[in-house]
Amino acid sequence: MWVYEKKLQYPVRVSKCDPHMAKLLLEQYGGADGELAAALRYLNQRYTIPDKVIGLLTDIGTEEFAHLEMIATMIYKLTKDATVEQLQDAGLDAHYVSHDKALFYSNAAGVPWTAAYIQAKGDPIADLYEDIAAEEKARATYQWLIDMTDDVDLQDSLKFLREREIVHSLRFQEAVEILKEDRNTKKIF
Amino acid sequence: MNQVHPFQTPEYHHMLRQLQELDFVCLELNLYLDTHPGDTQAINQFNHFAYERMKFANQFQEKYGPLLNYGHSFSGVPFTWVETPWPWQV
Repeated sequence: MWVYEKKLQYPVRVSKCDPHMAKLLLEQYGGADGELAAALRYLNQRYTIPDKVIGLLTDIGTEEFAHLEMIATMIYKLTKDATVEQLQDAGLDAHYVSHDKALFYSNAAGVPWTAAYIQAKGDPIADLYEDIAAEEKARATYQWLIDMTDDVDLQDSLKFLREREIVHSLRFQEAVEILKEDRNTKKIF
Repeated sequence: MNQVHPFQTPEYHHMLRQLQELDFVCLELNLYLDTHPGDTQAINQFNHFAYERMKFANQFQEKYGPLLNYGHSFSGVPFTWVETPWPWQV
């Protein structure tokens, strides 16, 4: 069961209409290492992960949905006042003819999201290493997105998200250690 | 319409920011405790901030309407949950 909270996890402000930046941000919306992929990856893996790390996957997976909402808010705010000409100049013409200004789960190149981006191996160490890699890739993407804009308000929200990837990676690394410790303890008996 | 919407005031943004800060502390402690479940000091902090968060969220909701759906927040009349702004409209 999930309950919706009517607020963002962290404020999202933009200082200008910038549909080109919105197009780039789609990478973190419906891209391979984006927030949708992250949320669905963790919340699906948790059913078969050892009990000791189910809580962590549940909580991080849930936080990813809050991040997805922040990315959606950025894209919405950056495009809501854009003219058709501005969307065209930003390279969003192909998006416009199919979706108008609606958000859609695709990456920055317009490729639709696919479940092939995520894995559930059933092997807890393999799954957690994938999760650590996903967080590190997302962190790198956030850095490159920050490099692509001079909008300090937008940069502030993106920096928050970049820092969250670091914390999640750290927590997943601790989860790996917990499972390794558990495995070693069991061998004694 | 010359009336300022309560969500356009600095007071709203200030209170929202305070709530987001309290929630951030709770979330961070939660994730930390997920992998350090035996840290009593962190659990005490978690319970302290959970209480502070609850108190502050109640004040916030009295002023600006429900934060949660499905009966986890009280409603005004008419049903205030469906009123704008939604988070991306703030």
